[in-house]
This record gives sequence, structure tokens and C-alpha cells, in this order.
Amino acid sequence: MIGDYPEAATGEESVVQPIQLLAPDGTLTEHEVYSAYVNGLSDARLRELYRYMALERRLDAEATSLQRQGQLALWVPATGQEAAQVGTVAALRSKDMIFPTYREHGMALYRGISPAELLVQFRATGHSGWDPATYAFHIYTVVLGAQTLHAAGWAMGAKAESRLETLREAAHTASKPSDDAAASQDERAPLDYPTDEVVLACLGDGASSQGDVHESMVFASSYHLPMIYFIQNNHWAISVPAERQSRTPLAHRAEGYGFEGVRVDGNDVLASYAVAAHQAEAIRAGHGPKLIESVTYRMGAHTTADDPTKYRTADEVASWKAKDPIDRYRSWLVSGDKADEAFFSEVEEEGKSLAADLRSSVLSMTSIDLDEVFDTVYTEPHRQVEVEKGWLKDYEAGFVEEGSAGGEGATR
Amino acid sequence: MTSTGEAKMPTVQKGTAQKGTAQKSEKTAAEHAERPSGRQQMVLAKAINAALADELSADEKTLLIGEDIGALGGVFRVTDGLQARFGVDRVLDSPLAESGIVGSAIGMSMRGFRPVAEIQFDGFVFPAFNQITTQLSKMHNRTNGLVRTPVTIRLPYGGSIGSIEHHSESPEALFVHTAGLRVLAPSSPQDAYWMTRQAIACDDPVIILEPKRRYWLKGDVDFDTPAPDAFRAQVIRTGTDATIAAYGPLVPVALAAAEAAAQDGRSIEVVDIRSLSPLDDETIARSAAKTRRLVVAHEAPTFGGLGGEIAARVSERAYHRLAAPVLRVGGFHMPYPPSQQEHRYLPDIDRMLEALERSFGYSGEDHASSRRSTHG
Repeated sequence: MIGDYPEAATGEESVVQPIQLLAPDGTLTEHEVYSAYVNGLSDARLRELYRYMALERRLDAEATSLQRQGQLALWVPATGQEAAQVGTVAALRSKDMIFPTYREHGMALYRGISPAELLVQFRATGHSGWDPATYAFHIYTVVLGAQTLHAAGWAMGAKAESRLETLREAAHTASKPSDDAAASQDERAPLDYPTDEVVLACLGDGASSQGDVHESMVFASSYHLPMIYFIQNNHWAISVPAERQSRTPLAHRAEGYGFEGVRVDGNDVLASYAVAAHQAEAIRAGHGPKLIESVTYRMGAHTTADDPTKYRTADEVASWKAKDPIDRYRSWLVSGDKADEAFFSEVEEEGKSLAADLRSSVLSMTSIDLDEVFDTVYTEPHRQVEVEKGWLKDYEAGFVEEGSAGGEGATR
Repeated sequence: MTSTGEAKMPTVQKGTAQKGTAQKSEKTAAEHAERPSGRQQMVLAKAINAALADELSADEKTLLIGEDIGALGGVFRVTDGLQARFGVDRVLDSPLAESGIVGSAIGMSMRGFRPVAEIQFDGFVFPAFNQITTQLSKMHNRTNGLVRTPVTIRLPYGGSIGSIEHHSESPEALFVHTAGLRVLAPSSPQDAYWMTRQAIACDDPVIILEPKRRYWLKGDVDFDTPAPDAFRAQVIRTGTDATIAAYGPLVPVALAAAEAAAQDGRSIEVVDIRSLSPLDDETIARSAAKTRRLVVAHEAPTFGGLGGEIAARVSERAYHRLAAPVLRVGGFHMPYPPSQQEHRYLPDIDRMLEALERSFGYSGEDHASSRRSTHG
């Protein structure tokens, strides 16, 4: 069974089985609710899901090797979680804001963020490499769970904007200004305005223990926010197993906050897509928030600084290898004539060129200048920052004037 | 280099922070209410209330969020009547979760809103400390300047209100030490009104330390003439013999100490520091260079506190002009004591006078004659 929880924690009968459409052997089963979402996908869309999953895995391999060669400060592989990420992001609209952790590379690629932009943070030439507004994809957050509150605020903002829109429309149609703001407040919950935005807050099994996640879920429930909490339960928070974070399936937590939680097989891209599409649809109809526990497995290390052989067995890893999200999906695409060998070779080639491009762009990547760091601490001049920036400039200029050979001193 | 710190703050004009600046919507009759004008006497809490009301009126994207700020008007009644006037969507009673208040304010600000978050008491800001220091303060920097988070955090702070623990603290040094935050400490109704407005108008995150024991301090607010730049210090009493620099709740104490010293023939200058980050060390050092003696006063513990930073900066700028070391008057290196003992903990007029006397004990000619270096 995928995602076993210890029997001591919860009775076997109370553990909801993750929703699965595509079995590990590549056979598709029907589901009365979820199949409809998948059946509507064109072959081109189905192939696209495969393509992003494969590209993510190739990115992981290349980034890991770059780190091993000392070209990256760190890499955080997502191998094994491709289906969870790609299936979910594909079910959203491109304007739906995503607040990722630091491992959502599959989602980032899908949203159009280039591998080079993605690696800026990991080469430490900058803290982030893309404009969140361009891709509706916030920068990675390394402080666990903090982004789930930003997601809640973003969702509150969506409803507040909807309110302003409503007021504008009312003002446009009514002969005199609407007086609803104060008048009807007793009957109305705050921010009770519909929006068709969905906000995706990503987190993992480890972050589920963070206080910010709790507070975020309280806010989401209290203000009825259009959010999905997308928990990738990859079974390991570095070296600590998921049962140390929760003695009940994480999906069950939603009920305590007053909203619905669903468990999905995160290694099944079709189920991941269908569940997210279904939840997003419900949220757009005013039934948010929702929680998805995506049961998956981190097949690689937590980061390139980690050694998973110290805390988990080869047997466990092998058992998950048998449930590989890409293999499973590929065999279904082949058996259903959704894709041919030419397609797979094409993706293979694309992966190779992605890796080559990535390598060359990483090697030529230059760091932002410390002056730019000074300049972005504040949006408007700040006395201490200005003075220190000026001091450093004078100090470094002193080395140049002294003609210290090769300017070694100037870079200190 | 000196001119670079001259931040030109717009007084009420909004920055061009976010993409998609909203058009003005038709306002409700309540929102149309005229803003006050002329010169009016009011208490400091009411001045902040007026500033919040004016900002809510001026910009539909400004909203308030905090615990008990709605029907109750906040535990100090600073937001009294604002929910009735602006509605439950713009004056949001939040769940009881400080990290949630600040974290959600960040999320709203990222899409163009200007949230003003109230933290109920200084001692309760710590659950939000992570969001303030690792997220709010750094977002603009971490996104290479692409994302702005114009969140204002109102923080009633300081002691002398006879309360129980966690209700009387002065955590400003922690925030001043955090790059990316601006920290303001108004001391009068006039400053409270204008600095609150300038803070909300600023595109950087701003923490306003509200001197809670002075909420009922009366003073004139001139609604027509903007106060000086919120991020500069101000000489509020001129003198020739020594300077006391203070901020927030201790400014009236410093003025009273200066008045008492005047009875003994001492002419004391008083600098209201006003902005703790950025710190207007130029104005403070100029005064210290003029009077040759400086005492810095704050309620926060002196050890590791802002007074030490000011002493260092003034000694760097005005070493040869100083007749005495910069002396500090402040709290002790202990958790804030039970309020039955706070009269012995908090700097008062006598502690400031004692520090002035110590300062006058230095001749200014023989630095080796230093007698005591511990603070009083």
C-alpha cells in the first residue's frame, strides 16, 4: 500500500486510500468522480505531462552533477515527485498563484521558468532568479511553511480585489454611491466576495509541523479562502520519517480546520491532475479551501548535502522504484497509443539540450553585485545603507589607487 | 556621502509600489467623510486613529488587520469606530495569531494592498518574529527589487502601565538590527499622526513603536502642515551644556529633566530621535558636538541596545568635540520586572539628571580622569 501509516497511530480502516487512476503497472482504472477530468485531456496534453516530468528528472541529474563538480552551492532534487508536481500544476490556470517550497522544479518548468533562472539561487549568484509576477510563481521559500501564510494573504487579496471590483460595478450602475460597506456588515462575513482565482500553497510532510502552516489553515478556513494546500508527503523530512510529523494521515488534518482533505497517489500523474482539477473547480465555485495530501516518495537525497543511506533501507527505495511515476505513465502512454517512440526520443533529445544549455548557462552565470544587494535592501534611500555602500566603494577604490597587482585587494 | 541619507519622504503621496495601481472606486458616504483640518488638540491615540482613517479614505487598498481592532476598537481603542466607518472588509478582526497577521499582510502587500497590522502588545510580537525578520524585511532584497511589501506594523510598546508580564517591553533593537525594516518611534500626537501616514505611504515595511503609556498624552495636531520627514531626528529643545537624546515615551521625561536641570542653571538640549532605522546620527552628533556632552535614554536594556550604537556613532563623528563619554540611561539586563518594581527599572527624571551630573563630572580636558563608567 502506498503511504502506510503505523497501525498504532490510526486504525487501518480509517486510513483513506490515496486516489489512484494509474496503477504502478500502467493500467488505468475508472473512478466515478475523477476519470472525467482525465478523459477530457487531448493526446497532446497527455504527452505534455510526460514531457515536463522527464525534463524535471533530467534537470535534477544535471544539477546534481554540477553540484558535485563544485558549480552549485546546493541542489534539492525532486526526482520521484514529478507526477505530483506536474499533474497538479497542469490542473491550474496560468494566473493561479503558486507559493512553492524549494523543491517544486517540475512546477517551475511547467510555468515557463528556465532552468538557468531556477539555478540562480543554487549557484548563490542571487537569492532568486525570476519575477514572480511573470509566472504567477513566487520565489522559493527556504524557511519552512512561511510561504503558506503569504499564500493566505494573497488569497485574501484576491477576495479584497473582488470586493473593489464589485463596488466599482455597483457604482457604475447605481445612480448614487453604494453604501454597503458599513451598512450590511452585520450580516456579512469579512471578504465575502467570490473570486475565480485559486492559490496553491505548497508544503511537505516536514513543514506540516510548522506553526505557520497551522495559522495559515486557520486563516484560510476563517476567511473562506480560495486555496489549495498541496502537501507532498515524500515520506522523509531529511532523515526523519513522516510519522514523526503526524500520527494521522495529513489529509485528515483538514477536517479539524473545517475543510476537505483528499489523499492522492502522488506518483500517478493522472490522479494528481484529476484531483487538483476537481478541487480547483470546487474552489472556484466558492467551496474553498481544500487540502491535497499527495503521497509520493523522494527517490534521491534531501539535498546534495544529505546521505539517505544512513536512515532508510535499500529495500524501501527499491519498493518505490517499482512505483516510479515516469515509468508508469510512459507504459500507459505506449499501451494506449498516446505517444510513439519518436515522441520519447524527441523528449530525450530535448532533455539533453536542456542539460547542455543548463551547464553552459550555469558556468557563465555571474553573481549580482554587492552594490545591487545594497540597493535592494530598501525601496527608498536609507541613511545607513547609503553610508556603508559609499564607505565600501571608497575602501575598495583605495586598493586600486595603490595599484595592488591584479586588483586582489579590490575584491576583498 | 552625507547627502545620500537625505531620504525625501513623500508625506501622503503613495509610492508607485505595485503593478496595477487601482483606480479610485466610488466611495461610500462614510468613506467620504471630510478629513480633519486646521490645528486640533487631541490625545495621541486619537491622532493615530485620525491618521488611519485618513489613509483608509485616501487609498482603497489600505486596510487594517489585527486582533480585536474591529467592534472593540483595539484594546487601547486606537482603531475605535474605524470598522463601523469602513466596514468589516477593510478593518479585519484577525484570528488570534500574530505570525498569521504579519504573514498574511505580506501576502496582501505583494499584490498591491497596503496592510496596517496591529500587534496587540510588544511582548506578543515574537510569534511573528520569524515572518518579520526572515520574510517581510527581506522580500524586496530576495526578489532583486521586484516585489515590494509595504506593510506597516503598529506595535504598542514600553512600560509604566502597571501591567503584568509581556505587556511592557521594548524590543526595538531587534528590529533596528534587521536590515530591510524601518523603525519609527513617535512621541507626540503631531508626530503620531504624520509619522503613521508617512509609514503607510512608504513602500518599505515600517514598524511603528507606539508609546503606549502616552496614548492619552494631549497635544496639538496640525492637520494642514505635514510634520518633518519621519525618518529624521529633531532638536525639540535647544541648549548649550549637554544633550539628551531620547525617543518615544521617554521624550517627555527628557524634556522634564531638561527643565529641572535649567533650575540648576544647566542648559540642556533635547533631541527627539524619532526614527530608529534609519538612524539620523547626523542630527544627534551635531547636537553632541555642539554641547560636547550626550546622554542617550531608552527604556530598553542598555546592554546591546540602541544607546550603544548611538554612542559609537557619535564618538566616531565627534570624538574630538566630546568632553565626556556618551552615557546611557536605560533598562537593566533582565526580563522586564514585575510592574510593582518598574519604577526602579525605568529611566526617570532623576536617572537622567544623575547621568547629566556624571557627564559634567568629566572636565573634557583630561580623559584619563574618568571616574565611573557604569551606567545609572
